[in-house]
Amino acid sequence: MEQLTTIGINHYLTISAILFSLGLYAVMTRKNAIVVLMGVELILNAANINFLAFSHYNGGMEGVMISLFVIVLAAAEAAVALAIIINIYKIFKSVDVSSIDSMKE
Amino acid sequence: MSNPTYTAIFYLFAAITVFSAAFVVFSRNVIYSAFALLFTFFGVAALYVFLSADFIAVTQVVVYVGGILVLLLFGVMFTNNIMDTDLKTDVMHALPGTFLFLGLLGALLFTFYTTNGWMLSETVLQGSVVERIGFETMSRYVLPFEMASILLLAALIGAAFLARYDNGDTNEH
Repeated sequence: MEQLTTIGINHYLTISAILFSLGLYAVMTRKNAIVVLMGVELILNAANINFLAFSHYNGGMEGVMISLFVIVLAAAEAAVALAIIINIYKIFKSVDVSSIDSMKE
Repeated sequence: MSNPTYTAIFYLFAAITVFSAAFVVFSRNVIYSAFALLFTFFGVAALYVFLSADFIAVTQVVVYVGGILVLLLFGVMFTNNIMDTDLKTDVMHALPGTFLFLGLLGALLFTFYTTNGWMLSETVLQGSVVERIGFETMSRYVLPFEMASILLLAALIGAAFLARYDNGDTNEH
């Protein structure tokens, strides 16, 4: 009970593990490319929670700075990925990632 | 910290984050997923406040909710015929995906709970980190900061070039 009512680092690690697994599940099982992208965003958020949790309980600033750069990279990644998805839609008339296999023999 | 109100609010935001993330993943409708992602991002931002990273929380709201989510919604609008399809996303590899999900979750939680000695410090981060972020950005992290600016410029130009409207003269397919 003491473990449950005193918020420690394990609580944050648990939330981030759940978010990471859900994101990986979305990346693996969804056919729509945009939902795959949402899964990637969930994974990045899980990583950020871990960085900030360790930074908070360590008293240092490293995790805070790295999480800031992770957010920057996530924004760039989302913009480029959506541009690619829009191009795929123009060519294939679909964003179903399992049907885009014209490079497969 | 063992203040009951603090604990209750923490569990409230944790539940919002986890359940809306589960809704994002398990919902079949793309639009519902996108709107559930809104609540996930807000819940994660609240958890950042609990971790005394207030600046990161505000950045999360501005960048994720104001930028990435709007971009994702535009992506949904561009790539689906809103009028005649029902915006469904199908599932493939459901069984291996479920095994991977449960196995990874179990392995991660086992590792986190059985690792003793995270080398935690006695002095946790306290108060606002805005001023310290400013000092760190201009001293130890000035090279990553500049690299991030160049990367953002490249991504901006690249995304605008890729998604540019072509006049339809080079349509091979």
